[in-house]
Amino acid sequence: MDFITESHYYRVMPMLFEGLVWTLLITGVGLIFGFILGAIFGFARLSKNKLIYGLATVYVEVVRGTPILAQILFIYFGLSDLMGVNIDKITASIIAIAINAGAYIAEIVRGAVYSIDKGQDEAGRSIGLTRNQTMRYIIWPQAFRRMIPPLGNQFVISLKDTSLFSVIAVGELLYMGQQYYGATFAAFEALTMVCIMYLVITVPTAVYLRRVERRLDV
Amino acid sequence: MMISVRDLHKSFGSVEVLKGIDAEIKEQEVVCVIGPSGSGKSTFLRCLNLLEEVTSGEVYIEGDNLTDPKININEVRSRVGMVFQHFNLFPHRTVLENITLGPIKVKGIKKKDAEEAALPLLEKVGLSDKADVYPESLSGGQKQRVAIARSLAMEPRIMLFDEPTSALDPELVGDVLEVMKDLAKEGMTMVVVTHEMGFAREVGDRVLFMDEGVIMEEDVPENLFGNPQNPRTQEFLSKVL
Repeated sequence: MDFITESHYYRVMPMLFEGLVWTLLITGVGLIFGFILGAIFGFARLSKNKLIYGLATVYVEVVRGTPILAQILFIYFGLSDLMGVNIDKITASIIAIAINAGAYIAEIVRGAVYSIDKGQDEAGRSIGLTRNQTMRYIIWPQAFRRMIPPLGNQFVISLKDTSLFSVIAVGELLYMGQQYYGATFAAFEALTMVCIMYLVITVPTAVYLRRVERRLDV
Repeated sequence: MMISVRDLHKSFGSVEVLKGIDAEIKEQEVVCVIGPSGSGKSTFLRCLNLLEEVTSGEVYIEGDNLTDPKININEVRSRVGMVFQHFNLFPHRTVLENITLGPIKVKGIKKKDAEEAALPLLEKVGLSDKADVYPESLSGGQKQRVAIARSLAMEPRIMLFDEPTSALDPELVGDVLEVMKDLAKEGMTMVVVTHEMGFAREVGDRVLFMDEGVIMEEDVPENLFGNPQNPRTQEFLSKVL
């Protein structure tokens, strides 16, 4: 058994587990806020009010048109510089995921709500439900089901994006792998295990999503 | 008058679909609206509960002017049931939940009471055994009968039907028309846009023939079908009868 426990593949694991916890935490918390932002801006993109629509469109286009690496550097260094305060690395990472995913989720929300047949809205309104009630009890529940596959896809994308936060030395999964081979020179072993750790999360998610998608198709 | 329409105009962009409609519909009257497609008959019906915004003119439901900006349109709509060509049932809710949603959320009736009230409605449309299924498992005719029950659950004063049998397989049309006939017998005020000339003749108290955005001719069914005066009416009827 010694050949296992003494190998780099094994010895890198405690660090990678620590990194994975941060990766999942940043992704999870970031996406919760990202979903809130996405819902707000998604509805704003459906608004007939030109100002609200315009502001939401600017947000979506700016975020989608710039690299997330630039966004994290902007939040961590740029904003700190501007405001003269240091933002905590983890906080900056969560903000970056939230703002970045928020723009993509806004498009997911807009598309899903828009895809619900207009007759559903008319049926709701015709029995006397208000606009908000119709959205809440009829449109949103149906739209939300359609959002599940693209939201899962966004989860996978955001999870992988957290690896970019290694540039500001956030102790996430990839960064921890780098730390390990920086000290041991075992880059092949460390990076192999890093990739396996990502796959352990992303592959089951993808399989699960395909199953959900098939069920929604029927 | 249950419904009064005065000089109703409706345009979509630069296209004028309704070019001045005047109509009066009395309590318990069953009015069928017929005409070629594109004649504006569905648009006319949809103006009666403001699913379409009115461009100009007035629509009164039981004396309430729908075009008055201060009108509580949700309250008016709760008194005016509407049945759609494509049913528009809520697919994420069971049959029973489809029926009770309005009473619970609009009228504030307790869930238990709304469910109790829904059962006789399901019986009326012949679907007592379908309370707990989802709409996707129903046939088109069954869906439409659920949609009628859903509207009736609001205890409307008026029922609007927008080509209720046009999307149905021919063998399923009869059951839906039966339910509508029963409603008419019970004295419901109904406006029915339809291609079912047999229904219009048998159940309608009055038939409106619409073409090119106006009511070309209106009369009791015997006269309109038996002895149409307007050449457009004659031409239309010669094609469909």
